[in-house]
Amino acid sequence: MSEPAVPTSGPDEPIGGTGSDLSAAGGHGAVPTSGVPVPTPTPAGRPRGRRGWPLWEVFVRARRGLSHQHVGSLHAPDEAMALRNARDVYTRRGEGVSIWVVPSSAIAASSPDEKDPFFDPALDKAYRHPTFYQVPDGVAHL
Amino acid sequence: MNDTAVRHTALTTYVLALGDDALILAQRLGQWVTQAPQIEEDIALANISLDLLGQARTLLGYAGEIEDAGRDEDDLAFLREESDFRNVQLVEIPNGDFAVTIARQLVFSAYQYELYRALVDSADATLAGLAAKAVKEVAYHRDHARQWTLRLGDGTAESHTRMQNGVDRVWPYIEELLETWPVTGELPGVAVGPAPLRQGWAAFVEPVIADATLSVPQPTWRARGGRQGIHTEHLGHLLPEMQYLHRAHPGASW
Repeated sequence: MSEPAVPTSGPDEPIGGTGSDLSAAGGHGAVPTSGVPVPTPTPAGRPRGRRGWPLWEVFVRARRGLSHQHVGSLHAPDEAMALRNARDVYTRRGEGVSIWVVPSSAIAASSPDEKDPFFDPALDKAYRHPTFYQVPDGVAHL
Repeated sequence: MNDTAVRHTALTTYVLALGDDALILAQRLGQWVTQAPQIEEDIALANISLDLLGQARTLLGYAGEIEDAGRDEDDLAFLREESDFRNVQLVEIPNGDFAVTIARQLVFSAYQYELYRALVDSADATLAGLAAKAVKEVAYHRDHARQWTLRLGDGTAESHTRMQNGVDRVWPYIEELLETWPVTGELPGVAVGPAPLRQGWAAFVEPVIADATLSVPQPTWRARGGRQGIHTEHLGHLLPEMQYLHRAHPGASW
């Protein structure tokens, strides 16, 4: 089955632009993977979008007791504005009670090149699943 | 007219005016959609616009109820002429560049925050209920405007110039927003006279202007007349756009 043609440029690049290979594995906030051009760091040291705003990954906690979930990404000039933009973009329908924003540049992502050594060895280790013992009668809530 | 009738008319005018402020500014901010500097800011301004539209619907619906002439929120929003609108002129002036819009947001949301915070204790249950909900929305609008004023004012030379221009543009309209308004005198315990709000407004806005390295303008003229139905030429262009659909297709819904 062939992959559908998906534009690979990030939101901060011209459509059909640089032809860089960005992984969208973490949501639509594309994370540069190894072997591809990474946006040139500015003097301030952060990759910036076409209009000069860095990219942020947004995590929202839907309610108390749950953990924060990655919901997407956005551009913002700094962390205070990133929080506010995240509030507007991702929680305006009452989706959350808490927001984290993290500079995308601070996230280390696994590379598709390392997919086999990283993940394949786990596929045939059935003994790692707790399915080889009998649950005694009368043990509730196990 | 007896006292009750006077109060009744005054309340209708008061609620209508607050609703018109929210409605016209909602329309102005809505004009930023697809035009904002970033998509995130596009959504932020649209959210603020929709908050204001929600307030306008409650207020205009209530004004129609008190007026008791069979007009609902749509009739009041879409079928009135320019001279029937009671909004301050500040909300109808064009958006200008982003800095002008932010400057207007700063002065208006600071005013509206103090207004709603005081209206929470209004003797009128509908106004008090609306205010309790809206004050949280406006607290965010105010913060949004503050954040941007600080960044643009204390940013680059270009952004500083534009932000100062924005502040200069809106300052002549502030007196109309904050001055004493006859109708509120007829509604003791119900309405909030704008003058008492001035202190809270200044306590918020002035430090923002200073921290943003901007200077407080000294305008040589001031706007007046919006509450009496006297408007700038700009409202005459805004209304046909806002009212067109309803007038072309009366009663249309989806």
